[in-house]
Amino acid sequence: MATLEIRNVNKTYGAGLPDTLKNIDLQIKDGEFLILVGPSGCGKSTLMNCIAGLENISAGSILIDDADVSGMSPKDRDIAMVFQSYALYPTMSVRENIEFGLKIRKMSPAAIEEEVMRVAKLLQIEHLLNRKPGQLSGGQQQRVAMGRALARRPKIYLFDEPLSNLDAKLRVEMRTEMKLMHQRLKTTTVYVTHDQIEAMTLGDKVAVMKDGIIQQFGTPKEIYNDPANLFVASFIGSPPMNFIPLRLQRKDGRLVALLDSGQARCELPLGMTDAGLEDREVILGLRPEQIMLAPAQTNGLTNGLPTIRAEVQVTEPTGPDTLVFVNLNQSKVCCRLAPDVAPQVGESLTLQFDPAKVLLFDAATGERLGVLAKKQPPLEHGGNVTQLNRG
Amino acid sequence: MSSVAVLSKASPFDALQRWLPKLVLAPSMFIVLVGFYGYILWTFVLSFTTSTFLPSYKWAGLAQYMRLYESDRWWVASKNLIVFGGMFIAISLAIGVVLAVFLDQRIRREGFIRTIYLYPMALSMIVTGTAWKWLLNPGLGLDKMLRDWGWEGFRLDWLVDPDRVVYCLVIAAVWQSSGFIMAMFLAGLRGVDQSIIRAAQIDGASMPKIYWKVVLPSLRPVFFSSVMILAHIAIKSFDLVAAMTAGGPGYSSDLPAMFMYSFTFSRGQMGMGSASAILMLGAILAILVPYLYSELRTKRND
Amino acid sequence: MTSLAGKPALSLSRLLIHAVLILACLLYLVPLVVMLLTSFKTPEDIGTGNLLSWPTVVTAIGWVKAWATLDGYFWNSIKITVPAVIISTAIGALNGYVLSMWRFRGSQLFFGLLLFGCFLPFQTVLLPASFTLGKMGLASTTTGLVFVHVVYGLAFTTLFFRNYYVSIPDALVKAARLDGAGFFTIFGKIILPMSTPIIMVCLIWQFTQIWNDFLFGVVFSSGDSQPITVALNNLVNTSTGVKEYNVDMAAAMIAGLPTLLVYIVAGKYFVRGLTAGAVKG
Repeated sequence: MATLEIRNVNKTYGAGLPDTLKNIDLQIKDGEFLILVGPSGCGKSTLMNCIAGLENISAGSILIDDADVSGMSPKDRDIAMVFQSYALYPTMSVRENIEFGLKIRKMSPAAIEEEVMRVAKLLQIEHLLNRKPGQLSGGQQQRVAMGRALARRPKIYLFDEPLSNLDAKLRVEMRTEMKLMHQRLKTTTVYVTHDQIEAMTLGDKVAVMKDGIIQQFGTPKEIYNDPANLFVASFIGSPPMNFIPLRLQRKDGRLVALLDSGQARCELPLGMTDAGLEDREVILGLRPEQIMLAPAQTNGLTNGLPTIRAEVQVTEPTGPDTLVFVNLNQSKVCCRLAPDVAPQVGESLTLQFDPAKVLLFDAATGERLGVLAKKQPPLEHGGNVTQLNRG
Repeated sequence: MSSVAVLSKASPFDALQRWLPKLVLAPSMFIVLVGFYGYILWTFVLSFTTSTFLPSYKWAGLAQYMRLYESDRWWVASKNLIVFGGMFIAISLAIGVVLAVFLDQRIRREGFIRTIYLYPMALSMIVTGTAWKWLLNPGLGLDKMLRDWGWEGFRLDWLVDPDRVVYCLVIAAVWQSSGFIMAMFLAGLRGVDQSIIRAAQIDGASMPKIYWKVVLPSLRPVFFSSVMILAHIAIKSFDLVAAMTAGGPGYSSDLPAMFMYSFTFSRGQMGMGSASAILMLGAILAILVPYLYSELRTKRND
Repeated sequence: MTSLAGKPALSLSRLLIHAVLILACLLYLVPLVVMLLTSFKTPEDIGTGNLLSWPTVVTAIGWVKAWATLDGYFWNSIKITVPAVIISTAIGALNGYVLSMWRFRGSQLFFGLLLFGCFLPFQTVLLPASFTLGKMGLASTTTGLVFVHVVYGLAFTTLFFRNYYVSIPDALVKAARLDGAGFFTIFGKIILPMSTPIIMVCLIWQFTQIWNDFLFGVVFSSGDSQPITVALNNLVNTSTGVKEYNVDMAAAMIAGLPTLLVYIVAGKYFVRGLTAGAVKG
């Protein structure tokens, strides 16, 4: 197992073409599970290919266990990879697939056999050893692909969207299995996905990428609760964060955001005291689970949190929740309420907010605002990684 | 902090690996550059020389091309190419399309029938030419058979009729190649999106109308490919002429390919032969380049 | 396949379709039938009967005479075709492998040049090629013909393999590289075992093209090194004495049978070759 450090890595495919990767800086410790997440085209697969040595980097360096591997060919980096399509050798049996890399490394037949059996037991594929990949189901192929990687006992494991080809139910099962396996084996892993749920549940550290730049690097909790910019806030979380564009005002010495639901108004006081924020065009961010039904609706007592009455536009009962959509400041806002709340369309509800959980983003740059967050360098500089700390 | 010093950490094995693909491709690259394009250039040069039995490199300007221009035989050959090519392409297309459409109607034993339509393509043009030369034999071939069957006075002497001998070439060539066109269109028909046809059926159109107005227009790419390939076969036609007519009677069934061979290798007129070869290349380019251009244009518009 | 609602009914249109299809079958088969019939007749029969008349005496004399003339040339064709097919297929496979999985700057350009080369009329290279063969001492030899067929078959064989290999996901090659495999290991252990269908297509296509070739045969060989197509043409078109059509037809059958048999046995690969070559990128 090994540490991985990516220093200032840049990659272009040619002069005149925009950079595919810009100033990537990441480091993970021995045994950590790093997730690279982002939309299609953000560069996460390219970064993974660079770590593997399948593609060259244009600038910067990659260090495994403090050794610079930037010029080394893939096979010398002691890395194993599981591909989205599994890439099993179709004319070879499962056993031969697993043995292939070991034979090239000239391991003794006895050692090879031992590895194959160890891996087969671990992944419960012993009964499949003599089958060909074409005879396996998707889930079985995925295990064989993992077995091929595990048998090599590499320093670092790379997973390129390994669960994307599985159906939803199998995906959830395999996700849990991967987590279990990581806990057992404590392998240093880099995992690419576009699924933010996988990012949240599997990773020790998460790097959110967009357009070749790391938007934020931190623990899942930090990414979720303290997003560095609008993109990260909108990408992580399902249903996604609500965004309400508005202009801040100063009332009675406090910064407030004025909310208007069409039938009522509310002043949302914000804890930030930054002087420069008033009259600023901002985007207010509020996660659906941070909007609750005001207790006044149920038992007549308030608890001091600001409330607003709004008309229900759409309801979506999902089973574990009821998602209720209302309009605030002419923006569609999603509220995650308890499943037994079943309002009618057109009914009015009283909703309440916790100002401490409200996030502010600059409307022009998407940067996160407010004194509670450390000031983020603007995105134009390529987003150096900084860890957020709640003040 | 090191920047990308890619090769410094690469092992000798890696360095070899980097070069292997290029090394493997190199012989073929050499062959193509020399044997294809180099030789074309050489022929091009020869067409401007005074070469006859042996190559000479005395500059002759456009003299050989002028001789072609003044050669009645070359004009006959060129005209024949247009007549032969035009009829060959049109009839092969027609037959191929009709057979493909009919075969598309869920016929039993479709595979067996397809095999029969296609087998002529497995034969050499010499065999085809020989067979059809016999079939079209004036006196002993089809005409005798039909007379024996009751059609009194039927004569079929196209093979020795200078004005009609080209039709014989067309018949043999169509017999050989129409199956191929059928196969291409059948494959194209099988790839047609079913939902378009169902939509037309719901709109009340009859099957023939659906084919004519909806399905066949969507097969435009197949039409173009077929025309391209048929034109290519027509321009290159040499074996068929050699076997069926040897260019005769006289040179009334001559084609450019035959002309080139004849003048270059039998009559010791290498310069003129080279010029004719270059003109043949020109003909192919005249068809190929617009086709490729339009293909690239449509791809860019996607 | 275009669908008709429900099962196809026995309607007039379907009868018409079947009739046309069957008629077409007959038309395609007639020349072959005629060749066979004629080859088993005596010259007298040919003179008195007609194309489709049954021989009064079924005799193989035509075949015996035809074989006597074509014997050596048949083996020439084998000596030319077999090596040329194998070599051009092997080179095409390696080229296709490089062009689809180890692309480098200039490889796409080369592929374009190759593709263009599929179209060139061979008339434009005949003279220089014959000069070169002469200089190499290979004029009028079967080896020279093998050489020529390999060179001019490269374009097609490379095209076949490249188009086939392009559809193999490159994650497979990446996985093999991570496993430590090198260029030839990947080809030999992974790609080649997957190539059976295209190898069949290429072998059959090349066999048919090379066996059936006449142009290269008549230009680059003479006398004892001629392939059977040239010998057939000489036999049929030399007008000395009385024409013996039974011998002519038997000779045509002998020349045509090998490719015909290959087609009957492995026809589907032949068709794939046709359509693969036709769908140019």
